[in-house]
Amino acid sequence: MRKVYLDNASAAPVLPAVKEAMLPYLGEVFGNPSSLHDWGDAAREAVDAAREKVAGLIGCTSPEEIIFTSCGTESNNLAVKGIALAQQSKGKHVVVSAIEHFSVLHAARTLEKFGFEVTEVPVDKHGAIDPDLVRRAIRKDTVLVSVMHANGEIGTIEPVREIAQITRELKIPFHTDAVAAAGTIPVDVNDLGVDALSLAANQFYGPKGVGALWVRRGVRLMPLLDGGIQEGGRRGGTENVAGIVGLGRAAEIVKAEMASRVNQLTPLRDRLLKGLTEKVEHVVVTGHPQNRLPGHASFCVEFIEGEAMLMLLNSRGIAVSSGSACTSRALKASHVLLAIGLSHEIAQGSLLFTLGLDTGAEDIDYVLEAMPPVVDRLRQMSPLYAKFVKSGKGGR
Amino acid sequence: MPAYNQTVMDHFMNPRNVGEIPNPDGVGEEGNPVCGDMMTFHIKVKDDRLEDVKFKTFGCGAAIAVSSMVSEMAKGKTLDEALKITPESVAGKLEGLPKNKFHCSNLGAQALHKAIEDYRSKQKAGGK
Repeated sequence: MRKVYLDNASAAPVLPAVKEAMLPYLGEVFGNPSSLHDWGDAAREAVDAAREKVAGLIGCTSPEEIIFTSCGTESNNLAVKGIALAQQSKGKHVVVSAIEHFSVLHAARTLEKFGFEVTEVPVDKHGAIDPDLVRRAIRKDTVLVSVMHANGEIGTIEPVREIAQITRELKIPFHTDAVAAAGTIPVDVNDLGVDALSLAANQFYGPKGVGALWVRRGVRLMPLLDGGIQEGGRRGGTENVAGIVGLGRAAEIVKAEMASRVNQLTPLRDRLLKGLTEKVEHVVVTGHPQNRLPGHASFCVEFIEGEAMLMLLNSRGIAVSSGSACTSRALKASHVLLAIGLSHEIAQGSLLFTLGLDTGAEDIDYVLEAMPPVVDRLRQMSPLYAKFVKSGKGGR
Repeated sequence: MPAYNQTVMDHFMNPRNVGEIPNPDGVGEEGNPVCGDMMTFHIKVKDDRLEDVKFKTFGCGAAIAVSSMVSEMAKGKTLDEALKITPESVAGKLEGLPKNKFHCSNLGAQALHKAIEDYRSKQKAGGK
């Protein structure tokens, strides 16, 4: 049976060149970067070289502004809690969007327990944020704005540059969660004008368990992990040297390949977006139709549920994701799908395809062939579809 | 894949008694799409026995497997026997459901009971 893996946002293979680069640091180059001898120097040099490569990926000219972390979630926690808590003498209000990743939203909720107030800015039906709403949400006591660069569930790319113009004018630190964007689309911190940016290696063929937070010099940050003076005292703990080296190598490779990757993925994505909406009736594309991540196609299929689709697609060798309640451990529909105005019922039919570098046109065509019978089969079982068909007939 | 055992997977992949009955003797509906699962049962009754049972389900793999199992357990039973089918006995026949799915997906027995109540209330109304 053909195997088609279209869940690359959840996990993707580490590039062989990345793995090669990491291996020495799991073996012979084992020193602690903080140690003052040749062994330590070798590890520290590797970490510093990786820092330069990560800085290069996001257009940062001062690599020391990069803090290595354990993942995108940690980067977001460090940014949201770290920046807000460091400035609480100035004010206790933060602004986030309604479709942030939980590592931003829940971090903001934790701040509420420390007396902060949080304003969630709503999004439009495509999941796009209106910068003017961000401006209106900002108060005198606002100490942080955090709006994501691109949404991982619906693929929409947000107007980060426009929001940054507002926050710069008002002199409020602006963090953007670029975990889904960095290494996927060109990201330049100075062009964007942001003050802090999160990224994670596993989103661009690096290893899991390593991420970075870039914080512009001058932005105060309270560490979450107190310890030694690693990462300039902003994140204690012995460095994950092999992981950091892998992140650096993956950043270096994607920087060189960015244009070709975007050019490769975009037409395949559009083939899937167009093909599925043509082949299956009553399918809604979620997120922005054009202004979205290159390899990202997301839908809601009406009258049926996501987990059941995932299981039937898996039985045909196809791996995808869903934001339906039944597929989440919390059994709650995705907050992103509800924020773009979809009903619980429609959100139940969520499907998310994230393409990868090994995805070919024939893989997309295979999915387009497999989908209609899967949908038909579940709709034949669905009382909602039966009601819809009956109501349609009744209307004639 | 979700943590479903082979019996649940079998009932999901090959569900028994999917459909609707034309002119059913009773219809029951349980759940709602907001919480993710919804199922309808149609029954045909002859001599106080469930001659035929059909279901339709909107929901996850567990919800579909539950409905299929309920339909299989109910077919041929007397109405009183069928009313003794419980979420626990269905889960037992399925050799277990994931803990977090037990309540939301396990609505088949209630939907069937509602179909039987529907039949009985119609009988009463007809008998008057």
